[in-house]
Amino acid sequence: MPIRTEPITVNIGPQHPSTHGVFRLRVTFDGEMIVDVEPIFGYLHRGTEKLAEERNYTQIVTLTDRLDYVASMTNNQAYCLAVERLMGIEVPIRGQYLRVMAAELQRIASHLVATGFLLQDLGALGTPLMYCFRERERILDLFEMLCGARITVSYMRPGGVYYDAPEDFWPALDRFLDYMPSYLDELEQLLAENEIILVRVRNVGNLPLDRLIACSASGPILRASGLAWDWRKADPYDVYDGLEFDVPVGTNGDNLDRFWVRMQEMRQSLRIVRQCVEQMPPGPVRAELPLVLRPPKGAESYGRVESPKGELGFYLISDGGISPYRCKIRSPSLLNLTMIKDLLIGWKLADMIVNLGSIDINMGEVDR
Amino acid sequence: MMTSFLDVGELAQHIQAAYPDSVEEQTASHLWIKPPLIADVCRFLKEDPELKLEFLNSISAVDYIDHFEVVYLMTSFEFNHSTFLRTRVPGRGEPEVPSVIEIWPGADYQEREIWDLMGVRFEGHPNMKRILLWEGFPGHPLRKDFQDAVEY
Repeated sequence: MPIRTEPITVNIGPQHPSTHGVFRLRVTFDGEMIVDVEPIFGYLHRGTEKLAEERNYTQIVTLTDRLDYVASMTNNQAYCLAVERLMGIEVPIRGQYLRVMAAELQRIASHLVATGFLLQDLGALGTPLMYCFRERERILDLFEMLCGARITVSYMRPGGVYYDAPEDFWPALDRFLDYMPSYLDELEQLLAENEIILVRVRNVGNLPLDRLIACSASGPILRASGLAWDWRKADPYDVYDGLEFDVPVGTNGDNLDRFWVRMQEMRQSLRIVRQCVEQMPPGPVRAELPLVLRPPKGAESYGRVESPKGELGFYLISDGGISPYRCKIRSPSLLNLTMIKDLLIGWKLADMIVNLGSIDINMGEVDR
Repeated sequence: MMTSFLDVGELAQHIQAAYPDSVEEQTASHLWIKPPLIADVCRFLKEDPELKLEFLNSISAVDYIDHFEVVYLMTSFEFNHSTFLRTRVPGRGEPEVPSVIEIWPGADYQEREIWDLMGVRFEGHPNMKRILLWEGFPGHPLRKDFQDAVEY
């Protein structure tokens, strides 16, 4: 005789270690299968767009640090690009190289966090996460040498970067670049040759490409499903035009591909950092600008970067004053989250956390 | 290769050919569509084989006191070109714009966010409720006439 069952609704979060921040999911299960999902967020909403309307253009840099707090450098970069386009500022070449170098180091740090938490979500509690955090720590140490801060860096400014790197930064960066490839080999081996992990991630959480495009998804999750679209290639900013790197692309769009794309991107980032070190010319790092920036009235700009999570854009409108009239933040985490129903419905409870982790959301950026 | 922006004059002609009388105003860099037709024009731009603007980068809204402006930014991966499309909605109550969620499901959270923070409703959106703030929050904070609480 079949046993009568009925769906049960479970509340996950907002305080839950595997939701990657203060994020709440109302999930309806039929047995172990997920039949419906409702994401609820806004717990970390600080009104960044409103705050930006009350600060001057340079002060807003500090607000951008707090959007995606594991990738502050790329946030700074996107915002600074938008301001520079608004005012037509030319950034000195050395400043552009320093920015690209810092942004790529940040990409490695962010992907390490994503990979570490993927393993954590799979049930390998603690140890692999700490392997990733140990390496991220080296990057944060480098940032500390660059600008004195580790997380909320505020290193970049409209017109360039805050300050040139100190003398002892370069040998430290060399040591990092020499060491890192062997660590990435080790990490990839730990994962890609581990049968237990492969069974859990291969062909789980597949996302079809047409659906991703329709849902405005961007970044590694788009590339993992087979579209080689990277804004660093498609719409180069700073000095990406002159740098050689590949855009890794997956085929299945499952959790394994998303992980694999991030692994390969870390290697490409190392390649870019190395090229920056070799090509960087001496010279000024920041354009000469007045203390308070006043863009022309009615000017508009959209500055965008390929952040570790996807397309991060700032849409600025000026009314001729010292603060932007409107500062819209196009956050990749929020838009990638649109896929959540496709990603979770039809999968089991145990896959839910892994699937959610594989899109690598950051609540600071979702809620702003 | 850089992402190019479509020429506004040509784009306006192209849209006018399919939807006569849909363009409200055009300048050298800006193009405003009449609010009731915005969803139809978006669908046309997405499906047109010469444009193929299949990716919606973002939707944002701006408060210009006497009207709201909703700004759409879309991109074609095949041709690597982008365009901004704008529409003006007058009034300070709860102005309405047709939703583009049927065309781009990615508009879902952005339209809800605009309703939440800016107070512009999207007609045809199946779940038009607040997203970042809680139900019952007084007003829409990104409006220019929003009054901050005196004390917290």
